[in-house]
Amino acid sequence: VNAPAPAALLGARITRKEDYRFLTGTGQYTDDVTMPNQAYAAFVRSPHAHAVLRKIDAEKAKKAPGVIGVYTGEDLANAKVGGLPCGWLITDVNGQPMKEPAHPCLAQGKVRYVGDHVAVVIAETLSQARDAAELVKVDYEELPAVTDGAKARKAKPIHDNAPDNTCYVWALGDKAAVDSAFSKAHHVTKLEFVNNRLVPNAIEPRAAIGAYSRADDSYTLYVSSQNPHVERLLMTAFVLGLPEHKVRVVAPDVGGGFGSKIYLYAEDVVVTWASKQLNRPVKWTSDRSEAFLSDAHGRDHVTVAELALDKDGKFLAMRVKTTANLGAYLSTFASCIPTILYATLLAGQYTTPQIYCEVTAVFTNTTPVDAYRGAGRPEATYVVERLVETAARELKIDPAELRRRNFIRDFPYQTPVALQYDTGDYDATLDAALQLSDQKNFEKRKAESLKNGKLRGIGYAAYIEACGIAPSAVAGSLGARAGLFEAGEVRVHPTGSVTVFTGSHSHGQGHETTFAQVVADRLGLPIDNVSIVHGDTSKILFGMGTYGSRSIAVGGTAIVKALDKIIAKGKKIAAHLLEASEADIEYDRGEFKVAGTDRKKMFGEVAFAAYVPHNYPHDKLEPGLNENAFYDPANFTFPAGTYVCEVEVDRDTGVVTVDRFTAVDDFGKIINPMIVEGQVHGGLTQGIGQALTEGCRYDANGQLLTGSMMDYCLPRAGDVPYFKIDTRETPCTHNPLGVKGCGEAGAIGAPAAVMNAITDALGVKDIAMPATAHTVWKTLQENSHARV
Amino acid sequence: MTIKVSMKVNGKPVSAEVEARTLLVTYIRENLRLTGTHVGCDTAQCGACTVLMNGRAIKACSIVAMQAEGADLMTIEGVAKADGTLHPMQQAFKENHGLQCGFCTPGMVMNALDFAKSHPNPSEQEVRESLEGNLCRCTGYHNIVKSIIAGAKAMGGKL
Repeated sequence: VNAPAPAALLGARITRKEDYRFLTGTGQYTDDVTMPNQAYAAFVRSPHAHAVLRKIDAEKAKKAPGVIGVYTGEDLANAKVGGLPCGWLITDVNGQPMKEPAHPCLAQGKVRYVGDHVAVVIAETLSQARDAAELVKVDYEELPAVTDGAKARKAKPIHDNAPDNTCYVWALGDKAAVDSAFSKAHHVTKLEFVNNRLVPNAIEPRAAIGAYSRADDSYTLYVSSQNPHVERLLMTAFVLGLPEHKVRVVAPDVGGGFGSKIYLYAEDVVVTWASKQLNRPVKWTSDRSEAFLSDAHGRDHVTVAELALDKDGKFLAMRVKTTANLGAYLSTFASCIPTILYATLLAGQYTTPQIYCEVTAVFTNTTPVDAYRGAGRPEATYVVERLVETAARELKIDPAELRRRNFIRDFPYQTPVALQYDTGDYDATLDAALQLSDQKNFEKRKAESLKNGKLRGIGYAAYIEACGIAPSAVAGSLGARAGLFEAGEVRVHPTGSVTVFTGSHSHGQGHETTFAQVVADRLGLPIDNVSIVHGDTSKILFGMGTYGSRSIAVGGTAIVKALDKIIAKGKKIAAHLLEASEADIEYDRGEFKVAGTDRKKMFGEVAFAAYVPHNYPHDKLEPGLNENAFYDPANFTFPAGTYVCEVEVDRDTGVVTVDRFTAVDDFGKIINPMIVEGQVHGGLTQGIGQALTEGCRYDANGQLLTGSMMDYCLPRAGDVPYFKIDTRETPCTHNPLGVKGCGEAGAIGAPAAVMNAITDALGVKDIAMPATAHTVWKTLQENSHARV
Repeated sequence: MTIKVSMKVNGKPVSAEVEARTLLVTYIRENLRLTGTHVGCDTAQCGACTVLMNGRAIKACSIVAMQAEGADLMTIEGVAKADGTLHPMQQAFKENHGLQCGFCTPGMVMNALDFAKSHPNPSEQEVRESLEGNLCRCTGYHNIVKSIIAGAKAMGGKL
């Protein structure tokens, strides 16, 4: 069914072009790549959370069978290999830049978390590398560790230049106005909670193969990355000091990212650097245990949040104080997540006139924390939607009604926390969600559950997110050290088929299909005549990659702009061929027509004329039909929606079952509803995972207790129901496709909906995430009313 | 010390000299270069390495290659017809959008093939239980469950 009528391409459920290779085992992920003569790397990682590195004795390892190289931080320092950079500068409340401690690729002087990179051993085989890594003797002097963000400021300093372990204290909003509003409030709802640390766990572990070529003094890096150009830029310009044109980065098939593959990691740098030292390709593939230790984690906030309301339930002000745990070092975009992508979302869908948020970002002896699906927006939604639901219960107002009383209805809407929403219809998604969830019969179902000894609860979350990241100028004014545009190139071949090169990267999102729909629709061609290429810096002119639900809104728009240039040039060629005025040429579904006549040229004929330019306007036009475009968005996009969750709680065991989950989202225009639904399902499941099963835990010494899939509970098929989902549509006003992005919504909205449902079922104000059976059972024991 | 390990994989006899500690999945990926079988964890939790051994779904990370000496193995590369036509289970995954990044997919399909042999018309609940040993981080399982129900019906109890 890959060749529907071209007219029906946008909004069509077209099965995916990429599926065949994935279903037949012919995808090519980084670990599937084998280069001739490749060697294998194993990293020696710190077993201590915080220690002085006294001495590294690698002599035995160097002599072990098959070993061809052992390198430590000293070697990298001697070779002038720089540390990993942070891509976003946050300026603190006193106007000072954040503290940016050095982040060496292999530890120098100290180790700062369990898993910190101490040395790399490279050998002929993976087994030899791993065996030899065991022989590297490291003399550590252990230091006291801190893992809890709330305790970091008083703990032993982790970095010399951050004596109170504080990266920054940052604030947004008018504190005086907020305090004043609180002093006059009729009611204040207050919650204190932890937004639990999560481990992303893309099922494909990270991998990297660095290969140096003496022939032209160039490098190739295969890497499991969401943004190969960014990886190259950071690595060449800031770490290795290599000329960018001598480095090719390929992110082939990538098995999920969820944020964790945005960043430049130490392993990527080390294999690239080592490949020149050894004149051999060097391959490293993470195992899952290493992934738990070294992939950037997500969330980890401790928050006190307050909402002030008047007597009618109108929100007057919100006050939020958060401590964000950044881990031991600043990961690539760590600093902007609990600030720019968090505090700016605290208006939610509401007209709250005054909001103040203060964020203290701290270093701890834990794995670095960075963006994980949603990145700041799930944390903001959790604050807003837990507060709103709790306030509704305290004021005995129906939670849906309280939301309606405060919805933003006039667009564009300027929030008190910097963002300007372009469009939305929050009543529409709320009403649809109530309808689809059969909320009116909830009480009946609750009574039915009770008969079976189960407590049933219902919870809502009306989320908003800022996607399509981001207008570069805005991002730059907020501290971004990179642009956030996207690039696309449309190459029309002489016979009229089309290859499109995009700077977006697909690691499950299905761009090869969705983008092909956009292209085929715009050009009026069969979708099989269109191929999408991504993930290789040697093919694609540039790219900022995929994160922040930006691919269709930013990457898709770049392609549309390039397509429009193709059509514009095609009109000129057609005008010449048809001996008509360019102004009279119309383009419609694959045909250039002279308006009001039956004279026309097919797209393929025009393409052929461009490449076989015998009859061609050479005085006015270059031959060829190939255009590129860069698109820098004018604003963020603002997907929003309402989720309704119903849980059943077993009173004897504390087991929580998500019985029903309804999601109604407004993603603007939708290109492929099948793919969008899949994105929502996956996001919801990660959100339910955060609420119910997933929680990263360290012990007091900084040992990771949840270091494998046996200890860290990813949701399984039995943990989630079939989802009921639907969409409403207010097209984005500032991109030509009217699209907003859909990749993160589920993970953003679900945790609050689930926790609102559980607290409803238990009749308690709050319960910690993840609400495991044990946590819920303990709560049941402590709250006799819930046990009735 | 290496040991010669021989077996039938996707209908073809194969053999390779491997270290005794070589896992079956390593043998499949590195020695046979059949890279469709994936490694997603090191604790037999994710199921990305699932293959059929003598018709039964097993996790190829959980046994050493030697244990498969003489066995009849099927990996994801052996599922479609020789002319490239997808197997009904693969087709069901495609039509129901039962995959996103594709990394867990081979394991999901192999596990589903074994399950569907004995469950020609499975319930949602049965399918969810059958997926106990397979993790997916992309799809939320919704469309995988639908895929397996559709694929099982199409298979009619026969591989």
